[in-house]
Amino acid sequence: MPGIEENMEAAYDPNSLPSLLPIYYKYIFPYGPFCKWLFYGTTAGSESLFEKREFSFTLQNDIYVRYQSFATQAEFGKELKKMNPCKIDIGAIYSAPPKHRNRVSGGAFKPLTKELVFDIDMTDYDDVRKCCQGADICKKCWTLMSIAIKIINRALKDDFGFKNILWVYSGRRGVHCWVCDEKARALSPHARSSIVEYLSLIQAGNHEKRVSLKDPVHPYIRNCHQVIRSYWDQYAIEDQGFLEEDKDIAKVLKLIPDLDVREKVEKHFAGKNSAERWKKLKEICSAAYESDPKRNRKLRYVSHEIMMEFCFPRLDVNVTKGVNHLLKSPFCVHPKTGRVCVPIDVSKVDEFDPFSVPTISELCIEVERSEMPPEESETQDKETPDAETPSASKKLLSLFRKTSLQNYMKPFDSLLEQLQNDVPAKNLIAQSDLKGDF
Amino acid sequence: MQFGGTPQRRRNRRQMLNVELNNDAYPHGLMMYNEPPNMNITLQEFETYAFERVQVLHFLDSLSVSAVKNSTAYNEKLTEFLRKNYPGFLLSTATGREVSDAELEWRRKDHISHFILRLAYCRSEELRRWFLDKELDLFKFRFLHESQSSIQQFLKLNNLSYEPISKEERTRYAAALSTSSYDMSEANVENSLFYRVPFVDVLNLVTSRRVFLFQGDAFVPQKEFLSIISTRYREHLSKALVMTSRALPQLDEDDRLLPILKSFNQTAVTSAYDPKRNEGKVSITDLEELSKLSYPLCMRQTHVALKETHHLRHWGRMQYGLFLKAIGVTLEDSLKFWRQEMGKGIGIDKFDKQYSYNIRHNYGKEGKRTNYTPYSCMTIITKNPPSAQDHHGCPFKHTSSDLLRQKLKTYKAPSDSIDEIINLVKAQHFQIACGKYFAATHKMEESSFQVTHPNHYFDESQKILKGEKPTGRGRGGAKQENEFNPTWAEPIHHKTQVNQDLDESEIERMMVEYSEA
Repeated sequence: MPGIEENMEAAYDPNSLPSLLPIYYKYIFPYGPFCKWLFYGTTAGSESLFEKREFSFTLQNDIYVRYQSFATQAEFGKELKKMNPCKIDIGAIYSAPPKHRNRVSGGAFKPLTKELVFDIDMTDYDDVRKCCQGADICKKCWTLMSIAIKIINRALKDDFGFKNILWVYSGRRGVHCWVCDEKARALSPHARSSIVEYLSLIQAGNHEKRVSLKDPVHPYIRNCHQVIRSYWDQYAIEDQGFLEEDKDIAKVLKLIPDLDVREKVEKHFAGKNSAERWKKLKEICSAAYESDPKRNRKLRYVSHEIMMEFCFPRLDVNVTKGVNHLLKSPFCVHPKTGRVCVPIDVSKVDEFDPFSVPTISELCIEVERSEMPPEESETQDKETPDAETPSASKKLLSLFRKTSLQNYMKPFDSLLEQLQNDVPAKNLIAQSDLKGDF
Repeated sequence: MQFGGTPQRRRNRRQMLNVELNNDAYPHGLMMYNEPPNMNITLQEFETYAFERVQVLHFLDSLSVSAVKNSTAYNEKLTEFLRKNYPGFLLSTATGREVSDAELEWRRKDHISHFILRLAYCRSEELRRWFLDKELDLFKFRFLHESQSSIQQFLKLNNLSYEPISKEERTRYAAALSTSSYDMSEANVENSLFYRVPFVDVLNLVTSRRVFLFQGDAFVPQKEFLSIISTRYREHLSKALVMTSRALPQLDEDDRLLPILKSFNQTAVTSAYDPKRNEGKVSITDLEELSKLSYPLCMRQTHVALKETHHLRHWGRMQYGLFLKAIGVTLEDSLKFWRQEMGKGIGIDKFDKQYSYNIRHNYGKEGKRTNYTPYSCMTIITKNPPSAQDHHGCPFKHTSSDLLRQKLKTYKAPSDSIDEIINLVKAQHFQIACGKYFAATHKMEESSFQVTHPNHYFDESQKILKGEKPTGRGRGGAKQENEFNPTWAEPIHHKTQVNQDLDESEIERMMVEYSEA
């Protein structure tokens, strides 16, 4: 298998992007589901949530165009086909269509709502992964993303009560999360940063030890520990060999707060492998804690703290906090890798392999091989979310369903389905808002 | 300044102004300030009331830097101050007895002064934020001094009724509840009351993970009940402030009140620093030298990191770049300096393409053309904490004490002051620690000013090195606890500077909420 993967990746050449993008936007980009998502059950018109949404395009030569907005799916599709952006960012829903922002008076143009988003980037883990650095990833460190997705997803659902959560591969070295519940979209920046803080544990700054657990350990942290523990032996001991070399050992030993215990552990490390060393470390620390729980209370959670230090999700606060912060759109193509930002199925997160995500060049070949549509006119542009136009245009639009992109559409399709079912809940929220307002 | 005269005279004046003051108007000492006062007051009262309340708020502001909120020290100092300056805020509401005239008078004063200050502090988001924070501190302090029965009465009066969760529910979540806050064993859970509220009502508890969350609801223990109330109070007040700011233009024609109101602005906020005041004063060839003499530690460490690694990540470039602008490095020099340093790392081409925009942006030459103000200590301490690869932030807050000690040694701070600094850091007094560092490196006993802004630090240092007399207090937003003089005789400056320090979008969102309501 690895051989094939490498071949496939080699098949994408960044220089070919300008010639591939027109094909991608013409035949492959899933306009229907994409726009259905961002319409959120509204229709074109003054109530439309789509029309007031900011899109930003990055064009060839790093030209950046902000505040784009579109009234209909047709308009959106037409623009993409014309501009062929190498990157699409999604921003907030504003008080007025962003392209008309100059028509409204001074302060009236404001960001109102946006999905609650999270950005997890592998570069933030550079100090704890040995296999790769910077923009590089491999299957070994990708486990960190699986851990992060599991932890954050569970907390968003069980702790915060959100239901419509979309996870997306960022195309290169990370993942994005879009929480689409109406309640989530309406959160204030303050609430958003509170949520990030709740979810984050690693202390900021240049501290040697960045996780310290104290009693009582919050249920969220307990849950996180369970998730990390299920991956720990395979990930840290087998894949990373985190107690293999001397400099690794020095780093871990620094996390033991008691100097005597630290020395003792170090002595016992000689001539052992990672697994035995880890076992010994846990034994010695817990023995020291048991011997005098009052004096050695700092030693109680040493092994937990080490696990957290190495595996705990690292979130970018600023991406989440600002309502008007832009985030790369799902189904965008990453210009460096050519991979499409595909949805990730959380229930199968461990099976997700970033290296088998289809690249734009593969998709274009697949489209070429499949039967070419009869006409290449602008017929598909008439398509709006409500209008049912059968025949050619419909066929054209669903071409992505015939490519390997379809294999990744399931989480997105079920999100759309769920969102549809959630619409009646709107009235309830409105009521509770009224009650709380005074 | 004296308040009003004897009770007898006050009562006369009330009659004169035809004001009914009775228990119905002020049923409780604490209030949510729902209704604006609807009575006549004299200009003299207007100014006196506002001034006395401002003094209290300023005291709270300085106290928040020097003592941990709600610690014993904090409460003692605040009580002592109030006893001397504003005993009305120390009164707790007694239930079940007649309210004295004096008490009612204090309530009226509380009511009026709050609304006057709303007018004074609604003018910019920065002022609103400051006012909101201080009023909230005051409210919390007073709330905690009320008795259980009086609190119940307050809640009832303001329609803030919350029902505790049932015993069954408590038992069901007992394990989670007991691990969600301090001193809460499972046995304790059995005997405590919990309130189930949407998590957005207790964001401070969510932030610090001091509450159990389930399906979007927070289970708030009785002792954290204040969090719920203060969130409500905060929301209410921030909406009200935005409304007031919209109504304010109507006041523009009133030449009696406006000068008084405006005089409060200039003395309110400590973070504002005019980015233009030093323009062109510093040449980039001097930066190396200056970094050793006059830079605060936070800037020195970013400078050193930039020189060594030829790179700074985003917030490092922001923090240091804006600082450089405000000490007087021109845009041209700034571009030269950054290109020279970063170019060594990433190459001149990449710099010109990807980074020079941001520097021009900082100087207001790109994008929305805002001339950004340099970050204040509060911003550096509380916003954008550095990760492992970063060098920005406040070294007193964001560096472990061992590392900090080492750093101070390399920078040749005297060893006895190092100990003192480390102790201050451990007690969370980051700005005081910085002041100590200033004193130690400038061979002074005590620092001559309160450190609230890196650029202010720099200016003070330069003054001392050039042999000028230090000013003794902060600029622009100087703390003037003891000699507060409304400067309404002076011409009014419409400050053009825009402070981008604060999170605008929150206020913006609230404005929208209001307009939708």
